[in-house]
Amino acid sequence: MSETVDLSEDLEFTCVPSLWQRKHLLGLEELTAAEIRLILDVAAQIKSATAGCRDRVSALNGRTVANLFFENSTRTKTSFTLAAKRLGGDVVDFSSNTSSLSKGETIIDTAKTLEAMNMDAVIVRHRTPGTPHLLAQNLECSVINAGDGPHEHPTQGLLDILTILEHRGTVEDLTVALVGDISHSRTARSNIFGLKKLGARVIVCGPATLVSRRWEKFGVEVAHNLDEIVPRCDVLNLLRIQFERQQTRPFPSVREYAHLYAMNRRRMAIAKDNVLIMAPGPINRGVEISADVADGEHSVILEQVTNGLAVRMAVLWLCCGPREIG
Amino acid sequence: MSRILILGGRLIDPDQGIDRVGSLLVSDGHIAAYDIPADHADAEGAVVIDAADRIVAPGLIDIGPELREPGGEEDETIESGTAAAIAGGYTAIACTPNTDPPIDTQGSVEFVLHQAARANRCRVHPIACVSKNRAGEELAEIGQLTEAGAVAFSDVDAPIHNAELLRRAFQYCSMFDRPVLNRPEVIELTRGGVMHDGDVSLMLGLSSLPAAAEDVMISRDCSLAETTGGRLHLTQVTTAGGTEIVRRAKHRGVHVTCGVSPPHFTLTDEMLRSFDSRYKLNPPLRSEMDRQAVIEALADGTIDVICSSHAPYAAEKKLQELDQAPFGAVGLETTLSLVVTELVAAGLLTWTEAIKKLSTNPACILGVPGGTLRVGAAADVTIIDPSADWRVTEHELTSLSRNTPFAGRDVQGRACCVIVNGEIKRTSTGTFSQA
Repeated sequence: MSETVDLSEDLEFTCVPSLWQRKHLLGLEELTAAEIRLILDVAAQIKSATAGCRDRVSALNGRTVANLFFENSTRTKTSFTLAAKRLGGDVVDFSSNTSSLSKGETIIDTAKTLEAMNMDAVIVRHRTPGTPHLLAQNLECSVINAGDGPHEHPTQGLLDILTILEHRGTVEDLTVALVGDISHSRTARSNIFGLKKLGARVIVCGPATLVSRRWEKFGVEVAHNLDEIVPRCDVLNLLRIQFERQQTRPFPSVREYAHLYAMNRRRMAIAKDNVLIMAPGPINRGVEISADVADGEHSVILEQVTNGLAVRMAVLWLCCGPREIG
Repeated sequence: MSRILILGGRLIDPDQGIDRVGSLLVSDGHIAAYDIPADHADAEGAVVIDAADRIVAPGLIDIGPELREPGGEEDETIESGTAAAIAGGYTAIACTPNTDPPIDTQGSVEFVLHQAARANRCRVHPIACVSKNRAGEELAEIGQLTEAGAVAFSDVDAPIHNAELLRRAFQYCSMFDRPVLNRPEVIELTRGGVMHDGDVSLMLGLSSLPAAAEDVMISRDCSLAETTGGRLHLTQVTTAGGTEIVRRAKHRGVHVTCGVSPPHFTLTDEMLRSFDSRYKLNPPLRSEMDRQAVIEALADGTIDVICSSHAPYAAEKKLQELDQAPFGAVGLETTLSLVVTELVAAGLLTWTEAIKKLSTNPACILGVPGGTLRVGAAADVTIIDPSADWRVTEHELTSLSRNTPFAGRDVQGRACCVIVNGEIKRTSTGTFSQA
């Protein structure tokens, strides 16, 4: 561990900028473009001030955040935990793979119990859309959405955009394709909302059972043939098939899915020379992405992971950091 | 002899085609005479109700409120539910059998009637199960249930999935001239669903109940009613497609009637953007296009009944994750006001049409007393203050449960006096005196 850096000097402000008035981060749909840019800007500054999120700073000294995870998670929980610790905060974990109701307690009571231990923020993951919103209405502390079912995963959307920004400087007028299980993907929704606000062209691509034509109403291009869109894409974000959320099997076999939608060497040959290959993980090699593409020169999958830390540090600081008095 | 003289109100009776100012005398539990002056010998000793600027209508009748007793007394009881009904202007309700245990035996029908008699508020007509234990497999003992007092048959929120069972139910119920009530829903299409399938569910990532699940079942139910000659009442029709299917079936002469409740002509799926489980209903709040189609079907008579779809749930049940929270909202105390505010005041329905859907048609479908102000009919009368302005406030509701999607909403029109079988069950202050 390197020495502690004073974030306030490096970032040239001691309080959360007045543009950020939110206590919670529930989704990207409700943020303005300026708010999204602010988070990305703060994340970039934190990343450079902390040697790529390696150094510990004291921005959240004395604050405690709770991980309240009702769905399995390794990477997101670890990332939030590290982010809070790098900012000097304390972290407690409350994990349950089942609803708290199985113990006879409502989720609100569970969260209020945690809050009574003086939490400054709860980071919530839950299988049901809107659960972070339900908690935000019932708690005094900050609520950060770490994934609410297929709805939103705002820090994932932000880290994807930050990764694109680092390579291209802007997302405006870039063509970004989200490929795979759009119906059940919170990553897809947060990317769509964030990217559209920042001026990118977004394509959603996958089988018709998982990609609704309705997205066209919201200015998103809908495609079912990956080969047709690959040559136009600046970024391909390859989403995992969320078998656990599907009520009925949406395609005949994994083999057929991979045949139609896996990003492989053959499809890389028709892609742009500087295409970025992204995946929110966990990746299924041989399903949505072949091993050589996942490990190839266009892949920025591991950079996404590092940027996740930067984005989560920025979000925690903006939501729980010191505010200007009055 | 107990007498009530209702003076100077606007008498609206869709059954007789009456809409005029006049007075009404109630005597010994029956409608006795029209336009008797206060000093007439027949009015001697009568309680006089000044109904100037009020609407005097046949008592409101609700098809299908859930009273939860036995088994769900934390949500509602027959006592609290009938109190809520009276508060909402109802003189009679036909309560549903989705209780625990379900109302599928003669004894359980008699229990409901017994509890209703003890509560002594509005009339209670039990609806009994179509199938034993609401399991959708074998017919319940419909003949004996009818003898015990069941007025209609329904498996409520377990829509009759087995077409053969429904066919048999239509045939069997027609022997007793009883309607089968079904909630049209193809359950394979709605499994796991939380809200209407549309633009909003797409944005929110919530699993959905497509309109087609309702439309397909309405088609099937109408076909089976047609081939058997049975009487079908669809408790709620909420889609543009569904209203059109019913319209065409009625045109062919199928014995089908249908209802809808205020949320579906007032609100849309946009409300779910709040993720508030008070808006989680089944059938779900639909799109604006569906809402407009429902209003059109109300106006042209395709939709016969406006019901409360009263589904009370204790606060802790609704205050859960959206997929865990149960479907439904209370409605007994807000239905009349939403009809007045959203349909009558908005010029979409006349008062006569509104009263017909709230009273006359339900009485006719269920074959129960009421729904008319004819001389000699049972004296079930609701007096309405059409201009009463009030705000729906959760903690002021009489129901044990407060899960209303209309909390905080300003509405107009309210029942100010409810007379059941010639007995005044509720008045707001200052509306009556002794002659």
